[in-house]
Amino acid sequence: MLSYVLRRLASAIPTMFIIVTLSFFMIRLAPGGPFDIERPLDPLILENLNKAYNFDKPLWQQYLLYLGNLLQGDLGPSFTRRDFSVVDLFSTGLPVSIQIGLSAIVIALILGTTLGAIAALRQNSLTDYGVVGVATLGITIPTFVIAPILSLAFGVMLGWLPAGGWGTWQHMVLPVATLALPQTAIVARLTRGATIEALRSNHVRTARAYGLPPFVVVVVHTLRAAILPVVSYLGPTAASLLTGSVVVETIFGIPGIGRYFVQGALGRDYTLVMGTVVVIALFIIVFNLIVDILYALLDPRVRYD
Amino acid sequence: MAEPILTVRGLTVDFQTNDGVVRAVKGIDLDVRPGETVAIVGESGSGKSQSMMAMMGLLASNGRASGSARYRDQELIGLSDRRLNRVRGAKITMIFQEPMTSLDPLYRIGRQIAEPLVHHGGYSKAKARPRVLELLRLVGIPDPERRIDAYPHELSGGQRQRVMIAMALANDPDILIADEPTTALDVTIQAQILKLLADLQTKLGMAIVFITHDLGIVRRFADRVYVMRSGEVVEQGQTETLFTTPGHPYTKMLLAAEPTGRKAPPPANAPVLLEGRDVEVSFKIGGGFLAGPTVYLRAVDHISLALRRGQTVGIVGESGSGKSTLGRALLRLLPSRGSIRFETHDISNADRDDMRPLRRELQLVFQDPFGSLSPRMTVGQVITEGLLVHEPSLPARERDRRAVEALREVGLDPVMRNRYPHEFSGGQRQRIAIARAMILKPKVVVLDEPTSALDRSVQKQIVDLLRTLQKAHDLSYIFISHDLAVMRAMADYIIVMQRGRIVEEGPTEEIFDAPKDLYTQTLMAAAIDQTRFRQTA
Repeated sequence: MLSYVLRRLASAIPTMFIIVTLSFFMIRLAPGGPFDIERPLDPLILENLNKAYNFDKPLWQQYLLYLGNLLQGDLGPSFTRRDFSVVDLFSTGLPVSIQIGLSAIVIALILGTTLGAIAALRQNSLTDYGVVGVATLGITIPTFVIAPILSLAFGVMLGWLPAGGWGTWQHMVLPVATLALPQTAIVARLTRGATIEALRSNHVRTARAYGLPPFVVVVVHTLRAAILPVVSYLGPTAASLLTGSVVVETIFGIPGIGRYFVQGALGRDYTLVMGTVVVIALFIIVFNLIVDILYALLDPRVRYD
Repeated sequence: MAEPILTVRGLTVDFQTNDGVVRAVKGIDLDVRPGETVAIVGESGSGKSQSMMAMMGLLASNGRASGSARYRDQELIGLSDRRLNRVRGAKITMIFQEPMTSLDPLYRIGRQIAEPLVHHGGYSKAKARPRVLELLRLVGIPDPERRIDAYPHELSGGQRQRVMIAMALANDPDILIADEPTTALDVTIQAQILKLLADLQTKLGMAIVFITHDLGIVRRFADRVYVMRSGEVVEQGQTETLFTTPGHPYTKMLLAAEPTGRKAPPPANAPVLLEGRDVEVSFKIGGGFLAGPTVYLRAVDHISLALRRGQTVGIVGESGSGKSTLGRALLRLLPSRGSIRFETHDISNADRDDMRPLRRELQLVFQDPFGSLSPRMTVGQVITEGLLVHEPSLPARERDRRAVEALREVGLDPVMRNRYPHEFSGGQRQRIAIARAMILKPKVVVLDEPTSALDRSVQKQIVDLLRTLQKAHDLSYIFISHDLAVMRAMADYIIVMQRGRIVEEGPTEEIFDAPKDLYTQTLMAAAIDQTRFRQTA
C-alpha cells in the first residue's frame, strides 16, 4: 500500500508538468496582455513594465523562468493586484475557501448519507418521496439562485445572519448552506440508489436469513457497501469545493480564491491563472489518491500492488 | 414415526406485480421430521424456493405469505421479524444457490460465521473464534487458522459454500434448508459438497430440506420427496417408491428429462464460415509499469478450428480451461494472436470499426440469463436493440413486427415484450437472449454455456429450440459447455480443452465412444455415471 501511494505521488510529477506546460502556453494564446487597459500606457512605461516582468524575453525563456520559480514555490507576482504576489493571495484566500468548502462537504456527507439511507430503507414511502423530491430540487436549483435568495431571506428580511462579508462564524452559515445544499442532494440520491441495490444483494439476504438484528443487517452489511459510490463521487467534488466557488464568493463577498480564476483569466493575469491551475490540479490529484486509498480500506477486493 | 418438527399447511405465496397478483405457491402441505432428509423437487418457477423463503421471512417486498408453517409450537407465518430472528439462523438455517455472492465481500469469513454465534448462541466475539475454527474444520476447510481471516473473494466457490455450511451449523440447527446448494459448482466440487452434507447429517442429526432440480441428488440423499409444479405439490412419497413407480405424469416427465437426439453433421462440402488458426490469447496477470516484468497467463494456447455452415462445433472443458475465452477471441471480442477468418474477411487484426458491419452475423448467447439482459429495458427493447444499430432506418413498427416474430420463433408469447426481464424464469430469459441474437439473422452464433444455468427439462427444451433454429436458418454454432449430456445432443464435432490447449478433437460419436486422451476418458466416465444414474431412475 505504501509503495502504491509513493508510486502514485511520483506519477503526479509528470502530470503536474504537463498541466503547467499546457496551461502556460494556452493562456498566452489568448489575445491581449496584463497591461492592456482602456487608456493605452505610454510606450516607454510599457517597455519598462515588459522588461521588469520579463515579457520582452522569448516565450520559451519565460516558460523556463516560470518553471524554475515554481520549483522554488514562487508563483510570481500578480498583475491585477500589483502589491501582492500570487502566493500572498493564496495564503490569505485559500484558508477561507477551505473553511467554507470543508464545512459544506462534511454537512453534505453526513446529511446526504443519512437522508439517502433512510429513504432507501423506507423505499416508496412518503419519507422516500419527500427525500427524493427535495433532492431533485436541490440538484436543479443553481447556486446563483439559492445564494441571493438565502441572503435576501435570512440576511436582509429576517436579519438573523449577515447578508454578506467575512469575519465571524455567522458569516459562514449562508455560503456554506448554499454550497452544501446541492451536494447533500446528490449524495442523498447516490446513497439511496446504492443502498437499495445493496439491500437486494444476496449477502444481505444471508444476513436476514441468519436472524441478525436489523442494525447489523443495515449498518454492517448494507451501508458499508452503499457508501462506496459516494466516496468516489466526493473525491473530485471535494477538490472543486475546497478551491472555492466564484458564485458564492462573489454574491456573499467572501475573500476566497474561487474568484481568482475568472478574474485572472479576464485580466490576463497570467501568473494568477497559472497559480489557480496549479492549486486546483494539486487538490484533484491529492483527493483522487485519497479516494483510492479509502476504497482499498472499505473494500478488501481492491488491492494495489 | 416421529412427530414432525416442521408442519406446513396450506402455505400460499402471492406476489404483487404490475400484471396483478401472481400466486407462486398455491397452498402446499409439507412435513419435516427430526433428522430426515426431505427433497423438494421442481423446475424453476415451481415455487419450491419461495415456499421456504416465505417460511424464513425472506420474501421480496412485494411478496406475501399466508397459511401456516409451524416449527415445533411456533407459527412462523406472520411472525414479526424480531421473533422470527430467534428461530432463523439458530434453529432453522439456510444455505443458498449462489455461493459466490451469499457472503458479504467486505468482511472476513471468520467474522461472518461468528455473527450467528454472537447473536443467537450468546458467544462473545473472542469466545466465538475457537468455535468458528472448529466449524471450519468440521466442513473441511484446509488450514482453518489461516483461512478464518480470509475474505470471501480469496476462496473458491466450493470453499465459499463450505463456509456457508459452517455458518448454518454454528448453532446446532434442527433443520437445514439447502436451496440448490451445488447447482453453481463444478461437477467434482458438487460431489464433495453433497458428501459433506451427508456426513454432517449423520454426525449431527439435523433434518435437511433439499431444494433441487437434480433428481440424481434426490435419489442419493433424500428419504422423502415432494414434487412441485407451478406452486403445487403434485406428488409426494418415499424416494424409492417415487422413483420406481412415479404416479404423476409430471414426475414421469422429470425422470425422463435428458436431452436426447443427435445432430447430424453438415454435408462434407459445406463451406467453412469461421476459421481460427493458431489462436492465442494471453492475459496480463501481474507486473507492468514500475512493478517488475509483466507476467502473462496463456488462456488459449495455439488453437485451430474450422466451423462449416450448418455445423456445431462443441468446446468441452472444465471451468478455467479457456473455452469461453476461445469463443470470444473467435468473435474478436478479445485481442488475440494468430489468424481468424470469417467468410472472405480476414479479421485477425480487425478493430471495433472493422468488426461493426460483421457483428450482426456473428452473435453470442451467454450462460447467465439473469446477468446478460439489462434489467432496466423491456424485453422488446432488449431484443430490438441490435436492429437500432444495424438497421437504424427501420421504422418502429417494423422493428416491433420483427420482435413479435423473433419471440414467436423462440416459443414465447409476443405479448410479453412489454415486460421486464426479472419477470421471467431462467429458461424464458435464455429464450429472450436467443431471440436477441436471432432477430439479426446471424450466420454464426457462439453459445457460451447457454443451458448450464437451467433445469434439466428446460435444458432439453432449449436444446430442442437451438436445433430447430439451426435447421431452419442453416446456422453454425460454436457450442461451449462442460455438460456432456447436452454436448452430445448439440454438437457434431467436439474439441476437448484443458488448460488452454486442445487435448482431443473429433466427430461427436468418436469422442463419446472411443475417447483416446486420459482427460477425456475421465470426463466421459463422470458423464456416463450420471447418465446411467438417471436411466436406472
